[in-house]
This record gives sequence, C-alpha cells and structure tokens, in this order.
Amino acid sequence: MNRHTSTIVSLRNVGKTFERGTVALRGFDFAVREGEFVSLLGPSGCGKSTALRIVAGLSAPSAGTVEWADAKHDAGRIGFVFQEPTLMPWADVAANVRLPLKLACAEEAQAGAAVAQALARVGLADFAGAFPRELSGGMQMRVSIARALVTGPQLLLMDEPFAALDEITRFKLNDELLSLWQMLKRTVIFVTHSVFESVYLSQRIVVMTPRPGAVFADIAIPAPYPRDEAFRTSAEYAGYCRLVSAALGKAMVGAAS
Amino acid sequence: MSERALRIGLPILVLALVIGLWDAVVRLNHIPPYVLPTPGLVFATLISDGALLMHSLWVTLLTTFEGFTLAAVGGIGLAILFSQSRLVEYSLYPYAVTLQVTPVVAIAPLLLIYLPQPLAVLACAWIVAFFPVLANTTLGLTSVDHNLIALFELYRASRWQLLWNLKLPAALPQMLAGLRIAGGLSLIGAVVAEIAAGSAGAGSGLAYRIAESGYRLNIPRMFAALLLLSLAGIAIYFALSALSHLALRRWHESAVRRER
Repeated sequence: MNRHTSTIVSLRNVGKTFERGTVALRGFDFAVREGEFVSLLGPSGCGKSTALRIVAGLSAPSAGTVEWADAKHDAGRIGFVFQEPTLMPWADVAANVRLPLKLACAEEAQAGAAVAQALARVGLADFAGAFPRELSGGMQMRVSIARALVTGPQLLLMDEPFAALDEITRFKLNDELLSLWQMLKRTVIFVTHSVFESVYLSQRIVVMTPRPGAVFADIAIPAPYPRDEAFRTSAEYAGYCRLVSAALGKAMVGAAS
Repeated sequence: MSERALRIGLPILVLALVIGLWDAVVRLNHIPPYVLPTPGLVFATLISDGALLMHSLWVTLLTTFEGFTLAAVGGIGLAILFSQSRLVEYSLYPYAVTLQVTPVVAIAPLLLIYLPQPLAVLACAWIVAFFPVLANTTLGLTSVDHNLIALFELYRASRWQLLWNLKLPAALPQMLAGLRIAGGLSLIGAVVAEIAAGSAGAGSGLAYRIAESGYRLNIPRMFAALLLLSLAGIAIYFALSALSHLALRRWHESAVRRER
C-alpha cells in the first residue's frame, strides 16, 4: 500500500459547545491524509459524531477552524453514512441512491449510470426497484453506502454505520467496505465505539477522551491489506486490540481523575 | 368460520336483528307511522320520494365536496406556509384553533346573516373540515427524520427541494389521515348549516329535507333522508380510506399487511 501524505482536511483546536451548555469537544486537533482509512474511537458521548458532523459542515465549530487543502471543496465531495440507514421509505432503492444527484440537478442518463454503478458496487444491482422496508437491515445499510458513493466523493464519513447490525452482518459489511476502499482509493473517516472493528478496518486509530472530546492517542495499525478472517484471528490482530484497549482505558481513567 | 367472513357476517347479522326488532316493536304496539314508521315503510318512502331525495342528496354532496376541497387546499396550503415561516405560524395558529373549538352550530346562524345561504353552508363545511387537515399536515411536516434533513443539507438542497422531495412525501400519511377525518366532518358541517338555515327558509339539501319533513310530521321521509345521509358519510369514509391505501400501500406501515 503506498502511503499518501497530503492532508485533505484538518481540524485545528476545534471546540463545540451546544446551546444547552454541553461541551462536546475542546481543543480537538485532527488531520486526515488523502486516501487513508482512519477511525475515531471513543466511549459514547465523547463527541466523535460531533467531530464528524463538523467535518461534513452539518455543524459549525464554536471555536477553532476547519481547513480544507482543496479550496474548491464542495458538497459533492463528501459522502455521509449515518448510524441508521436513513432512507426515504416512500422511494425505491434506485430513487434513494439517486437522491444526491437529483438534488444537484444532474443529467438523467449520467445519473442513471452512476446509480447502477453504485448499486452494483454494494451488490444490490437486482434490488433497484425494491422499497427499503422490503430489505434487511444489512441491505438497507448497503443502500445507504451506495447513496454516499454515488457522487464519487473524495471523502467518506461514516458515523457508527454498523453499530445496529448483528455481528455476522457487521463482519460481512466490514469486509465489503474494505474491498470498496481498496478499489476506490477514497479517504474514509469511520466513527466507532468498537475497538475490534476499528483495529480490523483502520490504518490509524484516533482514541478520544470522554466529554469534552479531545485526542488522547493516535495509533497506527500497520498491518497490510487485504485483511480477512485470517487477520481477525491472528495474534497480530489481538496485539493491536490490546494496545488500543489499553489506550482507551487510560483515556477513561485520565478523565476520571 | 374465517376471520374475514366473521368481520362481514357479524355486522350484517346485527343489522338484521335490529331491523327485525324495530319492525316487531312497531307492529306489536300498533305505533302509528307519524311516531315511528316500520323499516319497510322507510324503505318504501325512499323509493316513492326517490327523485326528491336524490336531488337533495346531490345538493348536500356537492356542498360537502366543495367544502372538503377548500378544506384540503386551505389546510395543506396553510400547513406548508406554517412550515416555511415561523412568524406566520405564530400569528395565525391560535386563530385556527379558535375557529376549531368554537362549535359550528353557534357560528352557522351568524354566517347565514352575512352570507348568501349556499355560501354560508359552504363556509360551515369548510370551517369544521379544515382544521384536522391543517393540524395533521403540520405534524407530518415537522416530524421528518432529522438525519434525512441533515442529508438534504449536506447536498445543499434548496428550500423548495427540501419541501417537495422530503417534507411533503414524509407528511403524506398524516396528511391523508387528516383528509379522512375532514371528509366526514365536511358532511357534518354542511348538515349543521342546512339545519340552521332550514328554520330561516329556502334550502334543498338533505338536512333541510329532514327539518322540513319534521315540521310536516312526515316521519318516514325523515328516516329515509337520515338513511341517505349515513350512507353518504360511509361512502365518503371508504372512498378516502381507499385513496389513502392506494397512496401508501407500497411503503407505509399502516397500509402494509403484517407478515405472520
């Protein structure tokens, strides 16, 4: 795997205080390099989702700055996957995936081709006419991923996308996500509270402190890709999990004292 | 017997029993028809006065339909306006509620003074029917999944795109529920206004026919007209339920048969 080094977005000393006075982030410094798969790991309520929403521009930081390397940065370059599939129940799968293109008033024929390609990539080519309620949770999440990919985004933001799925489905989607990432060479920021999931997927894990969220540790997982079941059961994987768990434990203790 | 047969069969059995009992009570007690007619006589009146009653039914249905249409347009239009502008909502919503909670029977005589009768009847039908459409549609428009709204924001959707592609389809189930209630209510509004107008003079709707028949002690015709009103109400309810089912059957939980 060739290592990219150019930063595409960086959050500098970002703070976020909500209207009711909850401080979600304080002094949060975080940079993402082009093409990397990085996870934000922390206990629930540590502000990792807030950080992701700030990157997406869905939430404005109360302090600090968000800097994009590319000045031409615009909405079409970000794909967002929520914890829930967040599909429109009245629209079929193809219409749901087409939504970002429709909102951008893309040309019909081009949009049709992009939708077909995105659906094929997540293995749902045969389900274009199905309605969300007719699909399983895992399939709905695949539709959500296809929708995020349809604009060909430079950066894919995922907010605990597999947290609500059963373990078998989660492992399967983890593998599918990794192969998509290797094929498309996009940058991924993946928010999770699972040590095991973050180690399996990421090149780098940013461990966050409990609220107010800040970076506690930045841990590289240099294991090569493709990663598969063999990696999941290897001693190497277990070692990384121990390392990350220990860091997470220290982050929690540091907050308690 | 299957569930379905029971659901259809039992109400019919109850109806037959009640009609039989009614008939027996009238015959055994020798009750004169100007006090309580037999079901047979009501039915015969329905046929002998058919032309007159059908004309009245048509008049009432037309008013109901007009009132309902105005209520649908007004209720949905106002709900959209409310969802777009908080200031408009704050300014007008209390008065929409006031209009709703003031009994229409009390408003009708006043309206009859200031408006020509057909218009006054229409206004009554509208007043009672528009609020459920407004309240339900407003609820639907404001309870859209926040993440879906965030998604639309992420892709820089315009206000119009947000309304047309997200809020209106998301509000459709509640909107249709409001319309279903409004259908029955606009019939009630029309009837109340006709009754109120009945004592004042001219009129030709079914409710006016009931009031008039009452003055003339033509009790069988009162029953016949009442029967037609009920049937009209039932037909309106089923028509709107069918519309709702057709619009939602592919995606909404309320319209989709539960798998067992």
